[in-house]
Amino acid sequence: MHELGIVFHMIETLESVGHANELAHISRVTLNLGEVSGVLPDYLLDCWRWAADRSELLSGAELDIVQVDAVTVCNACGRTYPTVAHGKICPHCGSPDTVLLRGNEAEIDTVEGW
Amino acid sequence: MERIKVIEVKEDVLANNDRAAAALRERLHDEKCLLINLMSSPGSGKTTLLSATLDALADELSIGVMEADVDSDVDAYTVRDHGARAVQLHTGGMCHLDAAMCEQGLRELGTQGLDLVFLENVGNLICPAEFDTGAAKKVMILSTPEGHDKPLKYPLMFEVSDLVIVSKIDVAPYFDFDLARFEENVRLRNPRAQILPLSAKTGEGMDAWTSWLREAVRAWQA
Repeated sequence: MHELGIVFHMIETLESVGHANELAHISRVTLNLGEVSGVLPDYLLDCWRWAADRSELLSGAELDIVQVDAVTVCNACGRTYPTVAHGKICPHCGSPDTVLLRGNEAEIDTVEGW
Repeated sequence: MERIKVIEVKEDVLANNDRAAAALRERLHDEKCLLINLMSSPGSGKTTLLSATLDALADELSIGVMEADVDSDVDAYTVRDHGARAVQLHTGGMCHLDAAMCEQGLRELGTQGLDLVFLENVGNLICPAEFDTGAAKKVMILSTPEGHDKPLKYPLMFEVSDLVIVSKIDVAPYFDFDLARFEENVRLRNPRAQILPLSAKTGEGMDAWTSWLREAVRAWQA
């Protein structure tokens, strides 16, 4: 349940973005969320609704979550594979020498407002 | 209807926490105060290990402790009895500490003259790993009853830790804890992590732990 903490940090960032861009209201926020980021979209949305509505700038703002599929690259054979299906072990050559390429992000992409 | 603006932000959700943590780390470096973020499950023996550590080092280092819990202050009283300056932090239901909460705790503790501060994070193997608190070192404790498979189940915690302590090593045989397999599982996630088996009860491994701490303080203050 670190989603609430994440939402508080998001709101802090969004309030400074809103201030820097002289926005009176933010109506929509898009978030790129990695498949293995450890952040649960349903929990995040619940926390968002609760916390955003308590901010004057963000009251009623929608949170759009765009899932980013996780991909791992194998250092031994150089090929990539879907992380969730195979984990740390490369399905092509069996090597454990693999690195997550993407899927760990939780990034505010865009903000809409006026 | 006013014109809607679209602003590209492209910033990690925790970027503001990371900036606050980096600033705090720099300040503590100037003050020559080493902050260690101690993370584990509930019941892994953090408070027992801290008490034994204080007994071993209280004569040579000034040590402070921040006990973070959702509620209660039993741990702060325990470590105070072992000679540390201690404060209890309540997270008010949150499962972790972030840099701002940590900074607030340090203000209450008062870092002046302290060589070493332990932040005893909320007992949890998931959320505390996500948040940089501003600590110079991250140490996690895994007790042998929890099992050698934990690095596979909680990979991030093992990835971010500088040192992995295997506590309650004296009872490992009763729980079929396989240290070699545990080390293998940690290496898979984090080839850089040091692994240190110990028992605060029998004293096994305690010298290696206190040496690690002395060296970490020396390097931070150099």
